[in-house]
Amino acid sequence: MKRLGQTIRDLWKDPMGRIGMIGILLVILVAIFAPLAAPFEPDKMVAMPKSAPSADYWFGTDNYGRDIFSRILYGARVSLEVGIIAVGIGAVAGYILGLLAGYFEGWVDRVIMCVMDILFAFPSILLAIFISAVLGRGLVNTMIAIGIVNIPVFARTVRAAVISAKGLEYVSNARSVGVRTGAILVRHISPNVVAPFTVQATLALSSAILTEASMSFLGLGIQPPDPSWGSMLSEARTFMEQAPWMAIFPALFIIVTILLFNILGDSLRDVLDPKLKT
Amino acid sequence: MSQENILLDVQHLKTYFPIRGGVMRKAVGHVHAVEDVSFQIREQETFGLVGESGCGKSTTGRSILRLIEPTGGQVLFDGTDLCTLSREQLRLKRRDMQLIFQDPYASLNPRMTVHKLLEEPLLTHFHLSPKEREEQIQWIAQAVGITAEHLERYPHQFSGGQRQRIAIARALICKPRFVVADEPVSALDVSIQSQILNLLMGLQQDLKLSYLFISHDLNVVRHISNRVGVMYLGRLVETGSTEDVYRNPLHPYTKALLSAIPKRDPSEEKERIHLEGDVPSPADPPSGCAFHDRCPHCMGICKEQPPQTRELEPGHRVACHLYNP
Repeated sequence: MKRLGQTIRDLWKDPMGRIGMIGILLVILVAIFAPLAAPFEPDKMVAMPKSAPSADYWFGTDNYGRDIFSRILYGARVSLEVGIIAVGIGAVAGYILGLLAGYFEGWVDRVIMCVMDILFAFPSILLAIFISAVLGRGLVNTMIAIGIVNIPVFARTVRAAVISAKGLEYVSNARSVGVRTGAILVRHISPNVVAPFTVQATLALSSAILTEASMSFLGLGIQPPDPSWGSMLSEARTFMEQAPWMAIFPALFIIVTILLFNILGDSLRDVLDPKLKT
Repeated sequence: MSQENILLDVQHLKTYFPIRGGVMRKAVGHVHAVEDVSFQIREQETFGLVGESGCGKSTTGRSILRLIEPTGGQVLFDGTDLCTLSREQLRLKRRDMQLIFQDPYASLNPRMTVHKLLEEPLLTHFHLSPKEREEQIQWIAQAVGITAEHLERYPHQFSGGQRQRIAIARALICKPRFVVADEPVSALDVSIQSQILNLLMGLQQDLKLSYLFISHDLNVVRHISNRVGVMYLGRLVETGSTEDVYRNPLHPYTKALLSAIPKRDPSEEKERIHLEGDVPSPADPPSGCAFHDRCPHCMGICKEQPPQTRELEPGHRVACHLYNP
């Protein structure tokens, strides 16, 4: 916990880290308080279809006359929810697999990493589509699909960190003292995994949001009339020339959110790198 | 050598590392890091292992403790063959045998306070009340010269010598009987070295320890050891009491090694034996005697047959064809 506080303080000192943290906090607040902040219901027709942005309808309305601003606020919920849960699934499974593969090596490592390499070999969107097709449409299945796609990246990151930590003298020291394997993993090896793992998690969050947007765009993610940034973009495609605001605003939010996560991830990588510490 | 009081009996220890190559990562050869090493250590004795860098001293030490799995041979510790123990049996046995590492900057977890570092072995091997644990920690801290206020600090707040004291405390807090000291003073300033050596010798008396003391520093080994083994290319070429080996070296390699010690009086005439060439690769050791291609006394037989180890004086053994009967 002390380390968490210190990490946040260090992030705050870095201008990029500060932008990332504030920005993401805003996105999270928007998602939480969407029902209070949204001027209209997200799935009600409130004005003429395809009205241009105005004082009443800040981002305009879509082809059914629904308020785009309200839909974007609600859409933030979907994006974050999918991002966090999908990354959570990938991170937990990847962490355990990576730890086992890295510490035990031998056949455990070969079996785990072989499966990971096979998963890795597919383009992530293709794999997510395939898993969705097997599990069926819907938001929960999308999360599971994106989560599975994320496992190999985490497993690899963790495995590499574990293998390099295993070579450390103080890990040999713990073995020579006779410390139990579990305690060595938790006390001596895991702390070396936290930094690359956390950085990977922020970067994976942005890619998960993007994958959800792509899948909703393809019609596999969230089902109408619920809004998500990806599905809004998908619907906007047909009306790009008549109502460009339908596409511009969701796209803008996707870009900015992903950028914020990447900025935070980069800053976190610098902050957690012990070599840059004085 | 008498059979009584032998704590550690190493018999024909071998450790090979595979060299992997090709697409299938098959072993295409082996590095013979430790080749047929046998020696004994008696209770409360210090056995010094000397040799050049890369001759397999550290690998020998770690193979004995099975931190590196030996390829063959036996390690009898107090009558038990360590090589046949299961992982868990071995882990419990580690209470009695510890390793002091060369580099105190790397061997202590930077995220643990001294107190935690010293507590961990106790938590691992004993069921003690917090009060008893505290007593043990205070006792060992005092024994190695760490003050109570140092216990809440982190390793990076100490100097090298102090860190090595912490590492020694961690190794000795469970009161082991046998300690492998792997170049424990090589990473330290010369001024600190003697302090640490004296600490190790003092603790040996108090805790009735046996040491396997690994070093490339011949003076250090002479100072601390009762008996000495000289290693060359993974093989033990000569063993004997410190007195015998330093006064009357038998193996040509030992002679060359000892002739390289700087004399106290620079004006004193000394006969420096220069060895030709480099140490051969342990992946492809020379035929016969491993030392034959650099030996000033090389004979025909040396290129063909590996020499047998013979006891020339009581307790003084050498592996060299020069001493064939």
